Amino acid sequence: MITFMNNSDSEEEPCNERTSLMSAESPPVPSYQDGLQASEAGEPQAHRKRRTGSSRSPNNIADGDMSDSRVPVRESALENEEEELTLKYGAKHVIMLFVPVTLCMIVVVATIKSVRFYTEKNGQLIYTPFSEDTPSVGQRLLNSVLNTIIMISVIVVMTVFLVLLYKYRCYKFIHGWLILSSLMLLFLFTYIYLGEVLKTYNVAMDYPTLFLIIWNFGAVGMICIHWKGPLQLQQAYLIMISALMALVFIKYLPEWSAWVILGAISIYDLMAVLCPKGPLRMLVETAQERNEPIFPALIYSSAMIWTVGMAKPDTAARGPSQQMRDAAEDGRENHGSPSHAESQMSETRSPIPTRPITSFEELEEEERGVKLGLGDFIFYSVLVGKAAATASGDWNTTLACFVAILIGLCLTLLLLAVFKKALPALPISITFGLIFYFSTDNIVRPFMDTLASHQLYI
Amino acid sequence: LRPAPLPRRAFFWLVSLLLASLLWFVSVQLSDRENANLQYGLLVFGAAVSVLLQEAFRFAYFKLLKKADEGLATISEDGRSPISLRQMAYVSGLSFGIISGVFSVINILADSIGPGTVGIHGDSPYYFITSAFLTTALVLLHTFWGVIFFDACEKRRYWCLGLVVASHLLTSGLTFLNPWYEASLLPILLLTLCTGLWAFSTAGGSFRSVRKCLSCKR
Repeated sequence: MITFMNNSDSEEEPCNERTSLMSAESPPVPSYQDGLQASEAGEPQAHRKRRTGSSRSPNNIADGDMSDSRVPVRESALENEEEELTLKYGAKHVIMLFVPVTLCMIVVVATIKSVRFYTEKNGQLIYTPFSEDTPSVGQRLLNSVLNTIIMISVIVVMTVFLVLLYKYRCYKFIHGWLILSSLMLLFLFTYIYLGEVLKTYNVAMDYPTLFLIIWNFGAVGMICIHWKGPLQLQQAYLIMISALMALVFIKYLPEWSAWVILGAISIYDLMAVLCPKGPLRMLVETAQERNEPIFPALIYSSAMIWTVGMAKPDTAARGPSQQMRDAAEDGRENHGSPSHAESQMSETRSPIPTRPITSFEELEEEERGVKLGLGDFIFYSVLVGKAAATASGDWNTTLACFVAILIGLCLTLLLLAVFKKALPALPISITFGLIFYFSTDNIVRPFMDTLASHQLYI
Repeated sequence: LRPAPLPRRAFFWLVSLLLASLLWFVSVQLSDRENANLQYGLLVFGAAVSVLLQEAFRFAYFKLLKKADEGLATISEDGRSPISLRQMAYVSGLSFGIISGVFSVINILADSIGPGTVGIHGDSPYYFITSAFLTTALVLLHTFWGVIFFDACEKRRYWCLGLVVASHLLTSGLTFLNPWYEASLLPILLLTLCTGLWAFSTAGGSFRSVRKCLSCKR
């Protein structure tokens, strides 16, 4: 779910911004159907007509036939169709999210296993001031709990601050904050990461080349994330910054604190999204009331997402293609009736011929996406990365955590398809991940090791 | 469009492994650490329990899939489900096999990168290559067992089920004969071949269909 996560920067940075994400909005059913039809047919021009919420049988979808378009007949006895489409959609969404989550985890685990920098203890963040180098177990536990309390309160304060800013329309401030934090991530952290990787593999690189690489990487990243860019490049950049953030967490959080923080953050996520007065829920509702997208830089969307800023006043300055995209977004975000979606489509139908084909396809893609917050990526990767770093060199634990997280994500998406509103993505996955980590590390590992030493297979 | 195949079934296998390990762990804790024979016996017991639990979870997964399949069939217009049971059986067996194989072999792979000598303490120097072959056989066997198992459950041929469980136990038992590789590896490979042929015929293939496929007739 949407959890706003603060990017904890280095020790010096006083204010961080946490970005956590929301696991999808629930597009109204017409767009499910529409999008499904759109995806099945795969023809740009024809898609326009299909978007108006017509009902289709699954067989027709396969043929790409579009005889009955235009009239939303959801009221008829086609609830089963909706359910089936929901299930099918759910399956597609699951796969669309598995790939980026897996990629992020692979990057994190690969880095942890090869670059020793991220497993060395070189101090802690100021958000976890209590050290864990204490002699007694009780003291260590106490310190980690205190660390967790401090960290979570920092996160809560930041989130509430962000929500207040959003509520009072201080868009420029939020925008500036987001830009600053992504600048920090894209330039500073990438520089450190690249430096450590080069050190590990003993590759010499001169400063001009390094500057060129980092400058290009960072500049393209800023443009892609905060403005327009190809969908896959944007997704790649979001994955990379999530991985970098997760690596920072893995390095600077002490061991026990990390596990307790993971547990606490999933509880916080649950409360922040589901409680009526939770900050994230208020954020989602405010955004939906105002028909605005939520902080495009902080959400990973599996479909083409809006890439412009979120403030309404910018609409006038955008070109027709942007308007088209925004209109579709609004139509998608709206929980309104199909007529609303229809009106959106009709008003935007005129600019259609003037736009190039690529915009069509982009627009098509938008409707069938599901969104996951970057914070969720980050914490999943922290879990798996910590498992890889601290599980006595054992790959089974890492794999088990990986499978557990994916299963949790699967279940969350299933619940999303059932409940059709924003849901927290962290609790189920993190719970499974934690259970599997501790049980695999302590119980399964000796068993498998003993079996392997005798070369027994089960 | 089918639900994401690999993680769900892998999850079931993992849970079965977890339970079996839990059982073994508890039994080890309660037993005498020094007695090597007892430890070995407990290991055998743990492995047998794990095999039985895996098959039990395979059955549970079959039940789950059947229910989901029926649900989908009632929802869809023409009463058929979009996924055939055979496909599900194949994917289920494959994912079981993949997760089982990966769990068995990944640590060995990771160790094989590092500096070291195989068998320096007097064990067999063919450890890596035989592990590779055994894992291959195991993955294939799981896939074949999946197909046969689901088909047997579907047609309620319980002797097939029993045969699958028995062959799984047999395979696991044969690995106890390592490092006497002639006695363990060769029979396992033979068993893989036979099970493969059996699964092929269960899935509806025959000699004629193979010939047709090879001669590229339509």
